[in-house]
Amino acid sequence: MRRILLLACILNLTACSSLGVKPWERDLLAKPEMQLAENPMEIGFDDHTYFSKEGSSGGGSFAGGGCGCN
Amino acid sequence: MQLNSKIKNKSKTFTNISLTLAAATCALATPVMAETSDADSWDVDAGLLIYAEDNNQVQAYEGALSITKQIDDERSINVKGVIDVLTGASPNGAVAQNRAQTFTRPSGNGSYTTAAGETPLDDTFRDTRVALSTQYQQQLSRLWLYSGGAYLSKEYDYLALSINSALARDFNNRNTTASVGFAYAYDTIEPEGGIPASGVSVNDPDNRLTDSDTKQTLDLLFGVTQVINRQTLMQFNYSISDVSGYQTDPFKILSVVDTDGWANDYVYESRPDQRTKQSLFWRTKYNLQPSGQVFDVSYRYFWDDWGMASHTIDSKWRIPLAKSHFIEPHIRYYNQQAVDFYQVYLDEGVAIPEYMTADYRLGELQTYTFGLKYGLPIAGNEFSVRLEYYLTQVSGDDSLAKGAGMAGLDLYPDKSAIMLQSFYRF
Repeated sequence: MRRILLLACILNLTACSSLGVKPWERDLLAKPEMQLAENPMEIGFDDHTYFSKEGSSGGGSFAGGGCGCN
Repeated sequence: MQLNSKIKNKSKTFTNISLTLAAATCALATPVMAETSDADSWDVDAGLLIYAEDNNQVQAYEGALSITKQIDDERSINVKGVIDVLTGASPNGAVAQNRAQTFTRPSGNGSYTTAAGETPLDDTFRDTRVALSTQYQQQLSRLWLYSGGAYLSKEYDYLALSINSALARDFNNRNTTASVGFAYAYDTIEPEGGIPASGVSVNDPDNRLTDSDTKQTLDLLFGVTQVINRQTLMQFNYSISDVSGYQTDPFKILSVVDTDGWANDYVYESRPDQRTKQSLFWRTKYNLQPSGQVFDVSYRYFWDDWGMASHTIDSKWRIPLAKSHFIEPHIRYYNQQAVDFYQVYLDEGVAIPEYMTADYRLGELQTYTFGLKYGLPIAGNEFSVRLEYYLTQVSGDDSLAKGAGMAGLDLYPDKSAIMLQSFYRF
């Protein structure tokens, strides 16, 4: 049992270490189009529209609001 | 999904906060790979949104200007201003009838008439909103990042104030970023004519309670961003939002219908003053090589203690063209189930429930967004324009269109809108 656990731990660590990149491999990730908040203004417009017209909000950021939208 | 159902059963109450905060948390959730701007530089973003619904319903024009100043390598500050102008008509919640209907305006002054067979629309919808916000961001140490901000927005009958704060830390050779953020908002609504008494006839002269009411919202957001490999980035968020206070829409009513389907009275709607919203959010960005196309896909599961649950899938596909031009098709699908107290109308002779709404936005609906964005460099800066079509399909029990009053009428009319956005960054 202990051996299985140990094996599971090692596999787990291996899995984790395979996630991610080295600092010199960040070329693509550093591109503007790969940023999560690539265009905050677009996110703002979309959140405002969907917040006013649908019953759900939030998820990617805070739940939205700040208007008496009807 | 097991986790979802567990949390769902526990949820208690509420929502609502501010948009600018979006930018704040997004910035925090972005791993340290973000480009380093030159110290002492200014970044300016200008944007314009035109939103227009069909059948002369809501039209919105929104202009925004955002300025970010990089103070030094560690600190930056952003100031943003937004102006909105809204006009047009909005469904008042009453059902269509096979005869004309006349409604008193929400302010109590004057009336408007809806033709037979038409969905009743309140044509008094006019507003101008001004919003200002500021956001400060600081790299506290090599691995810690702080962000804090404040927001204010004012329209004729509505004031919103909020603050937010968030902290993020990098782990695992900066391949993992964990963040936690909170936001608190205090909103005041002061509708023309005062706050209406829920469940009381719109024609009752004593149907007003007070001049204004308030609502408070506390938002908490926990996020993890993970670099998967050289081409892939993932984000996971859990958020909970607690709203307490006045959440009823003072302009929405319900028809009180007799056995023949005729509405002989209309009463103001009523929503609980407590709501807890939760959501799980997953997003992936993938950079396809060697073409450089970027796929951006996200899914959100949302649920609250009003009985609403929703699924949202959003996907964008950015295709680079020659000379730094690009196009980006966009598809979004949203599906929501109605809140427990949604009713398309009330039956005459039956006790008025404590909570009720006929607002389609809290009913069962699906929305679809199809869009295309085109970007190009102008004088070394980025300009983009985006055109989108937004369709809302409302559903419900069609057999509720009963009697001579409602026979053959559509109780759940669809709605469509066009959105045009443009951005310039310099």
